[in-house]
Amino acid sequence: MVVTQVIFIILSAVALIGALGVVLSRNLFHAAIFLVLSFVGVAGFYVLLEAEFLAMIQILVYVGAISILIIFAIMLSRRLMSPDFRASNEQWLWALVAAVALFAILVIVLIQVDWPVAQAEVPSDTLVELGKALVDPGQYLLVFEVASVLLLVALVGAVIVARER
Amino acid sequence: MQVPLSWYLIVAAALFCIGLYGALSRRNAIAILMGVELMLNSVNINLLAFWRHVEIVRGMLSGQVFAIIVITVAAAEAAVGLALVIAVYRTRKTVDVEDVDLMKL
Repeated sequence: MVVTQVIFIILSAVALIGALGVVLSRNLFHAAIFLVLSFVGVAGFYVLLEAEFLAMIQILVYVGAISILIIFAIMLSRRLMSPDFRASNEQWLWALVAAVALFAILVIVLIQVDWPVAQAEVPSDTLVELGKALVDPGQYLLVFEVASVLLLVALVGAVIVARER
Repeated sequence: MQVPLSWYLIVAAALFCIGLYGALSRRNAIAILMGVELMLNSVNINLLAFWRHVEIVRGMLSGQVFAIIVITVAAAEAAVGLALVIAVYRTRKTVDVEDVDLMKL
């Protein structure tokens, strides 16, 4: 067992325990804290995959912004944090069956497929190349611009939807 | 690169299924949104694992670009979704999705 594999197993434990906490904890605030734990585990995966920039984005956007947004929403609707509130609906058993069945199918398929894995080193200037690719008209400039328009529209839409009438 | 690709795929599949269960079984709209965020995260793990193990020999970066776009869309989704939750809470005093079924036949 190599060091990176041990780190991988620890990170998967962090991410999966966080995810299970999100799904199972009755208190919504605890669920949000577990969500942060899961996001941090996923950021660790990105570091292990040598995508450091994505790991930083993960920390900034998910841990820093999205989870704070979720905690704000929980606090604004705080009345429902009462412990006698039933957390799951009547179809939770079917949901469990569907999730477990999907996981079983995915694992069976994933193990059988022979992925065309390649051994290669990550070039040291990945971040520079990523920055160039995002503003290169021949590559991802259109995607980049559409994403920025999407963010603007979502910002305006969120303000209008949540506004006091 | 000592961690095999299939490990990442299996952990991402587990994360996706946990998020799916959360999105399907919770009653609170915010908890459903948290399940969706977990699912988006697991997809991002897959994208980056394939980028690192398969695409990298071609010197391309579409895996990373795709992951950045997914994070952008997730941020937009969280903002609009939580704004909707706040709006529903303000008008109907509930965030329980079972009480917000006006459009259900």
